[in-house]
Amino acid sequence: MKPAKPRLVRYVITCLGLAGIAMQAPAGVLPEDRADILYFRYDGGGVVIDGPSVLLRKSIGEHVSVSANHYIDMVSSASIDVETSASPYEDERTQTSLSVDFLHGKSTYSLGYVNSDESDYLAKTMFANISHDMFGDLTTISFGYKKGENEVFRNLKDAATGIVANDPNFAETMESQSFNVAVSQILTKNLILTGQYEVITDEGFLRSPYRSIRYLVDPLTQALGPEQYPSTRSSNAASVRAKYYLPYRAAIDTMYRFYTDTWGVIGHTGELGYVHPTNNEKWIFEARVRYYTQTAADFYADLFPRADYANFMARDKELATYSAITAGLGTTYEFKIQRFPWLTKGQINLRYDFMTVEYEDFRDATFSIGSFGVPPPDPLAPGTEPLYKLNANIIQLFFSAYF
Amino acid sequence: MRICGLFVFGAIVLLTAGCSSIEPWVKPYDRENLADPIMAFSRAPISQDFLDHVFESREGSRGATGGGGGGCGCN
Repeated sequence: MKPAKPRLVRYVITCLGLAGIAMQAPAGVLPEDRADILYFRYDGGGVVIDGPSVLLRKSIGEHVSVSANHYIDMVSSASIDVETSASPYEDERTQTSLSVDFLHGKSTYSLGYVNSDESDYLAKTMFANISHDMFGDLTTISFGYKKGENEVFRNLKDAATGIVANDPNFAETMESQSFNVAVSQILTKNLILTGQYEVITDEGFLRSPYRSIRYLVDPLTQALGPEQYPSTRSSNAASVRAKYYLPYRAAIDTMYRFYTDTWGVIGHTGELGYVHPTNNEKWIFEARVRYYTQTAADFYADLFPRADYANFMARDKELATYSAITAGLGTTYEFKIQRFPWLTKGQINLRYDFMTVEYEDFRDATFSIGSFGVPPPDPLAPGTEPLYKLNANIIQLFFSAYF
Repeated sequence: MRICGLFVFGAIVLLTAGCSSIEPWVKPYDRENLADPIMAFSRAPISQDFLDHVFESREGSRGATGGGGGGCGCN
């Protein structure tokens, strides 16, 4: 068994991210023709995710640009959730997306479709976006809409054969919609500011079919039970981002986002970045730090007082109270190859990020429950375990070609 | 309803944009710095997509992280 929620969220958000990328294209000008191939690796909290991603963007004439992305996640998970209630698993998710940008005057119209396929989760998302330059091209305003339709399944492992297959008695659906408005404003010849507001609504099966809550049977005894989630979730997020060109050739940027939703989660995100190219224009160095903090969902608890304590009960650590810091360094080497005059520019990029997450009300239940069914030698009483902490190393190596 | 109102307002702004005669205070020839690739909010979409993926998996918040139509407006 395995917790599906991270993948559910991961997929939805990946689609949102792709649509966000569509929004990053300035209206009135098509994005550059380019090809990228990326290898990524995330290693933290018992979870290893790695794989390739390939992105190709090409103009067709002067008014159309198409983009295609193929992405593979190979997941090997022994996360804290899996450790306390299941067995390690491996899975693969394949995502393919296609988008088209149409340029008409000072407006850019974008349409896209994303398909994600994994053994227990199928998702289809379409998105549309319109951007328009105005006021002497100092202002760009964008509107976006996304709709996702998802099918959720549950995998079961046959104890005798070890074969993993969908549970024939479990099939659920989830729908997601998003409305997005953004304004980008050039304030000075060195400063650009962007504001964005997004509403997302989900309806359907929103919990993991695998994860469990834990509750007290008596003060020293705990048991596991199924999570119970609301069938809807609506969120509001507003962000402001600024980028400033320094007196020498380098740039700093900063971002703040406020988030709130109907589950009671309130989040704050802050980011600061610095980009510095060398004088010979062959190297670009980048440093970035991100801080994130949130309050817990109304129906979250690490340990419930009893079974059936409330109508809704969750023990998803992403719904707990916690804060996270991510710090990253990146470098880019730019080059040209004389034999390939069609190659305007090539880049080799390496980026490393370190993420640390400290939970304030999510405890490491392996100290009381044990790992993968093996109890600890000296189990602690439920609710007295140390708070959980997660560290992750994130590596990206990618090659970009502009043509 | 508030969302619909927002979109209607946006549509009106877009439709009436051509009527405006606001003089741009940053002239096109003054936008060299803004046009520099280092000023892009996301220099590598493929990398940004992956990082957004990681953050959204680890964070309860979601949305409003796109570049928001950013760019230099240099054309």
